[in-house]
Amino acid sequence: MTARVQREDFDIGAEIAALRRADPGIGAIASFIGLVRDVNEGDAIAGMTLEHYPGMTEKALAGIVAEAKGRWNIIDALVIHRVGELKPLDQIVLVVVAGAHRGAAFAACEFIMDYLKTQAPFWKKEQTAQGARWVEARASDDQAAERWRDPQAK
Amino acid sequence: MSIRILYFARLREDMGVAGEMYELPMDAGDVKSLRARLIARGGASAVALGPGKAVRVSVNQDLARDDTPVKPGDEVAFFPPVTGG
Repeated sequence: MTARVQREDFDIGAEIAALRRADPGIGAIASFIGLVRDVNEGDAIAGMTLEHYPGMTEKALAGIVAEAKGRWNIIDALVIHRVGELKPLDQIVLVVVAGAHRGAAFAACEFIMDYLKTQAPFWKKEQTAQGARWVEARASDDQAAERWRDPQAK
Repeated sequence: MSIRILYFARLREDMGVAGEMYELPMDAGDVKSLRARLIARGGASAVALGPGKAVRVSVNQDLARDDTPVKPGDEVAFFPPVTGG
């Protein structure tokens, strides 16, 4: 179980290769990548700055991954989240979950992203033609996280 | 005894500082009373933390609620709803 916050880009191929080599019991790997888009709320986005809370962010991510491990029968999970200056097409976040079978891997991957979006302390400030603005939290993200609220939710 | 307060993202900009040391009164209280005391100082604190502002709080790097206790030596952070991912 690994959670990293870094400025550098990541390579999903290398990350998955390292993860699957570590355990021949792995039969399924689910992954998610979040990217910077060039448009938000109808405005062109030139780039964004991602800020975090050093210490708490790592702790929150580790807690989310541990929660996923407790809920599903998964073998390993990896979260990498970038901070700093990012541009459209750049990768922001990677989640990889490995398990014996696909069901738990898919579900745990989605759970980790839903909780990350609503609980891990990251903030985006995006640059538009009208200047920089803080991205507002979305109610749809809260609703997505809410469906996992029951500790038995799978 | 004092606590360390941190501000992030929009709240840091509104406060004009990334953090401060804050002297706790004898009855340390909870997150709700701390926020009320900060707002009562007026100025940037009243603007950044005032009613109607979406503010999240952590105590010692765990998400907190209004009734989470605040004790001397704690690290308390105020920030907007998170927008990572």
